[in-house]
Amino acid sequence: MSELLLEVKNLKVHFDTENGTVTAVDDVSFSVKQGETVGVVGESGCGKSVTAESILRLLNEKHTHYEGNILFEEKDILKFSYSELQKLRGNDISMIFQDPMSSLNPVYTVGNQIVEALLLHQNLTKKEAEVKAVEMLKLTGIPLPEKRVNEYPHELSGGMRQRVMIAMALSCKPKLLIADEPTTALDVTTQSQILDLINELKDEFNMGTIMITHDLGVVAEVCTKVVVMYLGQVIEEASVESIFSSPLHPYTQGLLKSIPHIEGPRDEKLYVIEGKVPTLTQIPKGCRFAPRCEFATELCRDKMPQLESYENDLKVRCWHFKDIQEKRGGLNGIRNESQTVNS
Amino acid sequence: MVLEMSLKQSTPKTEASNDVILEVKNLKKYFPITGSLNNTVSQVKAVNDVSFSLIKGETYGLVGESGCGKSTTGRTILRLLEPTEGEVIYDGQNINKLKGNDLRNIRRELQMVFQDPYSSLNPRKRVGTILEETLKIHKMGNKKERTEQVMNILNKVGFQREHYYRFPHEFSGGQRQRIGLARALIINPSIIICDEPVSALDVSIQSQVLNLLEDIQQEFNLTYLFISHDLGVVRHISDRIGVMYLGKLVEESPTDELYTNPLHPYTKALLSAIPVPNPFVKREKIKLIGEIPSPVNPPSGCVFHTRCPFAMDVCKQDEPIMKTLDLEHKVACHLY
Repeated sequence: MSELLLEVKNLKVHFDTENGTVTAVDDVSFSVKQGETVGVVGESGCGKSVTAESILRLLNEKHTHYEGNILFEEKDILKFSYSELQKLRGNDISMIFQDPMSSLNPVYTVGNQIVEALLLHQNLTKKEAEVKAVEMLKLTGIPLPEKRVNEYPHELSGGMRQRVMIAMALSCKPKLLIADEPTTALDVTTQSQILDLINELKDEFNMGTIMITHDLGVVAEVCTKVVVMYLGQVIEEASVESIFSSPLHPYTQGLLKSIPHIEGPRDEKLYVIEGKVPTLTQIPKGCRFAPRCEFATELCRDKMPQLESYENDLKVRCWHFKDIQEKRGGLNGIRNESQTVNS
Repeated sequence: MVLEMSLKQSTPKTEASNDVILEVKNLKKYFPITGSLNNTVSQVKAVNDVSFSLIKGETYGLVGESGCGKSTTGRTILRLLEPTEGEVIYDGQNINKLKGNDLRNIRRELQMVFQDPYSSLNPRKRVGTILEETLKIHKMGNKKERTEQVMNILNKVGFQREHYYRFPHEFSGGQRQRIGLARALIINPSIIICDEPVSALDVSIQSQVLNLLEDIQQEFNLTYLFISHDLGVVRHISDRIGVMYLGKLVEESPTDELYTNPLHPYTKALLSAIPVPNPFVKREKIKLIGEIPSPVNPPSGCVFHTRCPFAMDVCKQDEPIMKTLDLEHKVACHLY
């Protein structure tokens, strides 16, 4: 159908720290096709942002070591020279960052910042670039773009700044957009505007999108495929329907059950995943989720499971997912319940 | 179904009639904007005429987007910020008129849990010392009794004795939030104002803290004012909810009623904007255009009329008053 755009293969990212080397991303693999939105979810510290930043090689390489491959249109980004990277960044692959307050330069007008990207990557004169900048701002739904283009970031609200970021990211028609928590700093009504916008523009440009978020609601709304990460590893990969209707990994199940919903029955008590995420210096020997998992056995504590393929493109990293699924004939219980209530 | 509904309405009503523990009347907090000569040029109307009351033992959720004045309301009630106008009545006394010892005594009854677990604990003091400080300020017990009390309360929020001697940096976000809760609990208050207590936490940790809050409420018979922007969390924990927009309370209702039958157009839009973690449901969205106006110059009439899809002429001129409808459902809107 649509062609493969990005393929991350067995990516490992090691950081040198005062306490020795830590591995923030450990054996992560996934792929993005044209026009597809892949959600990368997980709690803080699970390595989702590091994965995203490695794709553009934004991490300080003095202290960072990569292993594996990141293939963008079959070329390995990890082997790119500096000038090749420059051509790639902001042109073929763009990124939107979490915090629109600090990711714009406060001393340049927003127009200036969009024009900069255009002049770098496209064969345009300054005049043409300025016209294009206004066009891009208009596309993102900013009212009075002719006026806004000459304003400084501090004159804009959070939602507006995120729109400027999007305008900047999309100005060179990238093939791949990486959105790192693009709506986390925004209010819900603004968030829904921005998500709609990203969705519309994705269709218009036929971009592949990587949506990094901790909000499962956002995932359900915009993604087609989901990669769930825990402590630097992918623990489950599936289509968005399958993740929400029949999650395989106990962590994904727990995560889904512990969110308070705005619909469906109100539970007396929320489900709790006991304990906390271990730090990267104290990674468990076996399955990384084992110390917090209610189904953990000796095997789990002892040996690390691999990311296994299962029917219909599902992938899961768990020794016992089949048993657990059987044991919980009503694994989909909660989800199904809320669906019937809604319909 | 009908039976169920009538059962539901009867409970909050009987509660409402007996035990109002705290009453907030026409509370206002304006922040001055000063010019170059330190003269007041204009005012930010952060909280603009807000009234509601807390019933003993309930959790009252206060929701709204950033800048709507929900946190300022919480802080003004405790007089961490001096109110501009209005009354807060606890136990027959107007907190806004109290001074010195009387104010300190009332703060023994009203405590607060803050949003940021990283900046709300002194990094240079041990957890035990942080908790004991509250007891010292309120001159409760001698050294030995205080230590014992701190140990007890740490135990209640799920720590062991050895945690007494640790520093805040040795704890994770969720643990620190539990220390914050212990600090609020230690002098046995009757009301705790929780200002976004879980918004800095991850989902799996968030549910731990929410469950603890509920357990503690039962055990100590506490009343919560729960301030949050997360409508899922507020729905889970609250008995009644007030919705704020631009310094005003626009709707107030028992929880289930609010989510099944939101009345104010802003509440409707807010609820429909939340992404639901369920890809099988496609919901009708009410889209709001534009941005929240500045609280320096709130719109005339109804503050929401500039973005309201149902705005009429009257909304631009007259400010709607809070009307009480069925099922203790209150709304400030000209449509009703």
